[in-house]
Amino acid sequence: MPLRLWRKPLDADKIKIPRAEIHIIKERCKGCNFCIEFCPRKVLEESEEFNEKGFHPPRVKDENNCAVCGFCEAVCPEFAIFIVEKNCEGGMLSGEKG
Amino acid sequence: MSDDLHPFETFLRREMMPHIWCEGCGNGIILNCYVRALKDLGIDLNKVVTVAGIGCIGRISGYTNTDSYHTTHGRAVAFATGVKLANPELKVVVISGDGDLFAIGGNHFIHAARRNVDIQVICANNFNYGMTGGQYGPTTPLNAWTTTTPYGNIEHPFNLVHLAAASGAVYVARWTTLHIRMLTGSIKKALQKEGFSFIEVISPCPEIYGRYNKMRTGIDMMNWFRKASEIRHQSDPAKAEITPERIIIGEFVDIEKPSFGRLLREMTAKVQEKMVEGK
Amino acid sequence: MAKKGRAVLTGKHFMQGDIACAEGAIAAGCRFFAGYPITPATEIAERMAQRLPEVGGVYIQMEDELASMAAVIGASYSGVKSMTATSGPGFSLMVENIGLAFMTEAPCVIVNAMRGGPSTGQPTKSGQQDVMQAKWGSHGDYEIIALAPSSVQEIFDLTIEAFNLSETYRTPVVVLADEIVGHMWEPVTIPDADEIRVVNRKKPQVPPGEYAPFKPDEDLVPPMACFGEGYRFYATGLTHNESGLPRTDSAEAQQKLVQRLCDKIRKNADRIVKTEGTMLEDAEVAVVAYGITSRSALSAVRKAREAGIKAGLLRLVTLWPFPAQQVSQVAKKVDAILVLEMNYGQIVREVERVAKETPVIFLPKLGEEPHKPAEVLQAIRRTRS
Repeated sequence: MPLRLWRKPLDADKIKIPRAEIHIIKERCKGCNFCIEFCPRKVLEESEEFNEKGFHPPRVKDENNCAVCGFCEAVCPEFAIFIVEKNCEGGMLSGEKG
Repeated sequence: MSDDLHPFETFLRREMMPHIWCEGCGNGIILNCYVRALKDLGIDLNKVVTVAGIGCIGRISGYTNTDSYHTTHGRAVAFATGVKLANPELKVVVISGDGDLFAIGGNHFIHAARRNVDIQVICANNFNYGMTGGQYGPTTPLNAWTTTTPYGNIEHPFNLVHLAAASGAVYVARWTTLHIRMLTGSIKKALQKEGFSFIEVISPCPEIYGRYNKMRTGIDMMNWFRKASEIRHQSDPAKAEITPERIIIGEFVDIEKPSFGRLLREMTAKVQEKMVEGK
Repeated sequence: MAKKGRAVLTGKHFMQGDIACAEGAIAAGCRFFAGYPITPATEIAERMAQRLPEVGGVYIQMEDELASMAAVIGASYSGVKSMTATSGPGFSLMVENIGLAFMTEAPCVIVNAMRGGPSTGQPTKSGQQDVMQAKWGSHGDYEIIALAPSSVQEIFDLTIEAFNLSETYRTPVVVLADEIVGHMWEPVTIPDADEIRVVNRKKPQVPPGEYAPFKPDEDLVPPMACFGEGYRFYATGLTHNESGLPRTDSAEAQQKLVQRLCDKIRKNADRIVKTEGTMLEDAEVAVVAYGITSRSALSAVRKAREAGIKAGLLRLVTLWPFPAQQVSQVAKKVDAILVLEMNYGQIVREVERVAKETPVIFLPKLGEEPHKPAEVLQAIRRTRS
């Protein structure tokens, strides 16, 4: 859901939105889809490619939307997905990737 | 992306990975939460002993990069008692299944809880005996279909948190594999608490139990957890039911009671003191 | 008067067999006992409950014998010498985990004070009916070391020996006592601590990264790391490779492991087996006996000699591995072997197997008393006619 503000916050320049790199170890994935289903921001979707085991690993739909909650990393039974929080520059409205 | 970068790589036994568990199985999630708890607490892995019994979850002992032991069926808690008493400095964690801990292992569980041996027991409750193909067990819900209840289960299941609380455990909690944050938190709490801690984890077995009971995928089972779970902290464990409509979860017991090891050390010290005095 | 708190109660004592057994264990370094009361071994548990806190050890009474054996293995893996004590019915429950101890090479001692069986049998009466069970009770191919004391002094000595053997070979060892040896009172001399030979398990000589928990040395025994020493190893009752990792699909792994575990005892048998021969040099008839019955046998053999009969006694101190070599050597020299047992035919089968052409006469005795020397003498006489 896109962020809607009715006015610009006074400290908008100082706020740092957490951003993450989502790493997917495709060969470990068994296609349980927990990460896709339970991501609160619907950042992931099932890809069309097959891994060695014959499953469709997830693919990042929109890394910008990731809230760095780490749920995907914590719920994955295969240790096939993890996030690395990125240092971010710029404020909330800068719209830049850090 | 290189395997080496997963934050938990060093907590897993590389030579044993990938694990044998099915897609959608909750055991991998329990392993994930367990090593996360160990990492967050910064416990010295050289002093952790992971003990597991027989069953799918029993294989977890092979996947953790700690001293690990895979016992005979049902004897994990008794084995862990021996380990802990012989070397109280070790952190001894038993991770086993509903059948291993409460059918064949039932007697050992209630006595270890009664004695308040300082071990942590995590039960992966997937409502059936997965490893042997899906027979019913002491936690299988009434009317459920399993390979040895082809006409529906006619046995009432245990309420594990009630059993643990009644047996004397000092920390009793129930979570599902969906509630990973709370589960990790409970594991951390249990690891830091003296005495017998018990955490029941409602875990999906989509390949077998789920498939036989109209929840064919891991997602279906996890959605049942999402829909039905109700957190009721400090509520009466006797009323912590598990039905298709409600799964009562939360922390049920969190009390203080001297552990067996502590009482043993105090007694031993008293005995030896008397000897020095020549009495 | 013995001082409390000492592990070794040096001096001359008048002790019950069970108590001497417990003292032997403590003298050998045992500091963990997990057991369940059962006649006639209860006194061992009671003595351990009293003495272990004095020497800083742990006594725990588990809820059953299944748990007792599991806890004993757990303590052993934590690096502490551990034991349990039971009788026939309890041993039946323990066999499952004796198999686990064998498979994961956990040093431990199990005392079985045998009584009348089968099933509940005669709890307060002696018997020697668990001899075969010690060897074959658990499932799968495995070997056991079993020692048979015949006196209170010997139960003290053999319990120490049992610990030494279990530590040397990383294997469970059974002390096959019986109700009479366990409950009788006799003089015992306990030597100074430094006169008692105590063996401890081999420790790894390599750092954690290079350690394989089931990789044997030349003697087929792997060095043993314990929990908490930084080795982070994995031990399982499943068939495993040298690193301890399960190999349930590999025929090669099964063959390698089972053969090594069994050979560990079989190939070291000549260092393990002990027998005591009396008047065997020129014997024409030999009596083979063990445990309490060997005392009647000795008396009978002496009387026979007085009567001019060339009789001799081969007392089996080790029952398993079976002293095949010693028995077969005696069988070659004599024209009859008499086997005494307080059961309906157990070790006699092994004697028959090994004695080959030499006739073996079996003298069973069921019920509380061992054979009377007169009975044995009569049987010896019958072999001469």
